[in-house]
Amino acid sequence: MAYSEKVLDHYENPRNVGSFDKSDDSVGTGMVGAPACGDVMKLQIKVNKDGIIEDARFKTYGCGSAIASSSLVTEWVKGKKLDEAAGIKNTQIAAELSLPPVKIHCSILAEDAIKAAVEDYKKKHVKEPAKEAG
Amino acid sequence: MKSALNFPIYLDYSATTPVDPRVAQKMIPYLTEHFGNAASRSHAFGWKTEEAVEEARAQVAALVRCDAKDLVWTSGATESINLALKGAAEFYKTKGKHLVTVKTEHKATLDSMRELERRGFEVTYLDVGADGLVDLDQMAAALRKDTILVSVMYVNNEIGVIQDIPAIGELCRSKGILFHVDAAQATGKCDIDLRSLKADLMSFSAHKTYGPKGIGALYVRRKPRVRLEAQMHGGGHERGFRSGTLATHQIVGMGEAFRLAQLEMAAECERIRAMRDKLLAGMSQMEEVFVNGHLERRVPHNLNLSFNFVEGESLIMAVKDIAVSSGSACTSASLEPSYVLRALGRSDELAHSSIRFTLGRFTTQEEIDYTVNHLKSKVERLRELSPLWEMHKDGIDLSTVQWAAH
Repeated sequence: MAYSEKVLDHYENPRNVGSFDKSDDSVGTGMVGAPACGDVMKLQIKVNKDGIIEDARFKTYGCGSAIASSSLVTEWVKGKKLDEAAGIKNTQIAAELSLPPVKIHCSILAEDAIKAAVEDYKKKHVKEPAKEAG
Repeated sequence: MKSALNFPIYLDYSATTPVDPRVAQKMIPYLTEHFGNAASRSHAFGWKTEEAVEEARAQVAALVRCDAKDLVWTSGATESINLALKGAAEFYKTKGKHLVTVKTEHKATLDSMRELERRGFEVTYLDVGADGLVDLDQMAAALRKDTILVSVMYVNNEIGVIQDIPAIGELCRSKGILFHVDAAQATGKCDIDLRSLKADLMSFSAHKTYGPKGIGALYVRRKPRVRLEAQMHGGGHERGFRSGTLATHQIVGMGEAFRLAQLEMAAECERIRAMRDKLLAGMSQMEEVFVNGHLERRVPHNLNLSFNFVEGESLIMAVKDIAVSSGSACTSASLEPSYVLRALGRSDELAHSSIRFTLGRFTTQEEIDYTVNHLKSKVERLRELSPLWEMHKDGIDLSTVQWAAH
């Protein structure tokens, strides 16, 4: 299978690999996928007091396109408000990386990972007065 | 000093082998000079090629110790298997409509069986043990009064395990059931003796044994006689089993390749086994690396390993200097991991994390050393990226995790 240059670049030089402490209140963690399906993505966001994502980390078990999709979204979510991040569509990811049809599921997984991380963060803060803008 | 390494390093000999240069040399005159039709009886062009075809038939027969007259040329093992299974099933369908095979067979067998099911036959697909081997008692239990044919592969293409062909042959013969053996991966690797084996049909391929692609053979026993319904109709070539003008150059190539295999097999297997052992020893220095399939009852050419917590396709992408294949079918539209590894009862993670290394005639020690070092650094890098590895290191049992399947 031929990979696009952008996939290869993210695969060879993945951005923001690593983990935050998931018990930290400012961290939202999303883990999606299953080993049985050949891919698992863990995406973590660090959110500041203004509800802006200031940092992100990922770890991915999966093919090159899955690794590239998650690496890309860690870059994209930074500086975004929670709802803006949750609004990232898989089609944008697939287009940016020129994913072939058989790899579209990788972009869907990355979209799901962002949503799950945002959801996790919101759950942690559900009882606080709404601080988030937007 | 000249570098001993050429990239990418080829470790996918079970997919196909290069044509041995000695074989290629022998083939060339049969394209340009001796181009006659082996069926032309009226002139020297035909006589010359017929002679070459029969010499090649004898060479193939010599490797597997059968009568040359029992061999039918085909376009390859896939065609041989189709002819054997469909041809026998159609001929003997009045005797019974039940066939038996194994879940880890090649797709040529499994898909031919599926086609026969569509035609009204009933097929039993036997399980294998965790080591990839067929259990003889299970095989015996699966045989019925209306069973007409059993088909089992000699050497598995993915995990290299060698089935107990002599014992299965005895069992089938004792019950009067035809026995077909897919020997595509066995020639030049296993000592095949059709004088003593109770096999009635055996499929061969040239390109897995340093011959050209596009040529194979089917052994059809004459004593006791096995009948087949032809699948290809025409000029009645090859005792009527397979019509079509013979591809002389291909046939000459297969003959020469099998002649060389017979001469060099013993020494070659020993040399390859030493390199395979070195490869395994090197890889075993890593944690969580598992051999798929029985390690002893396997051809020395094959090493199928699972690198736990690393996905196979990403690993293949990482080791682009090395040409290997993955048990993960993520490269195709389906996300199913290898059905062979699944049949061994391997977990999905391990099946998705497998790489098949197959060594061959032109593999060198330097290539093995490079492969070990390369794999180690890449597996380490991908594990740093893997959330599963992180969980494993945190002491989490992955089998207890509730995954959101997608």
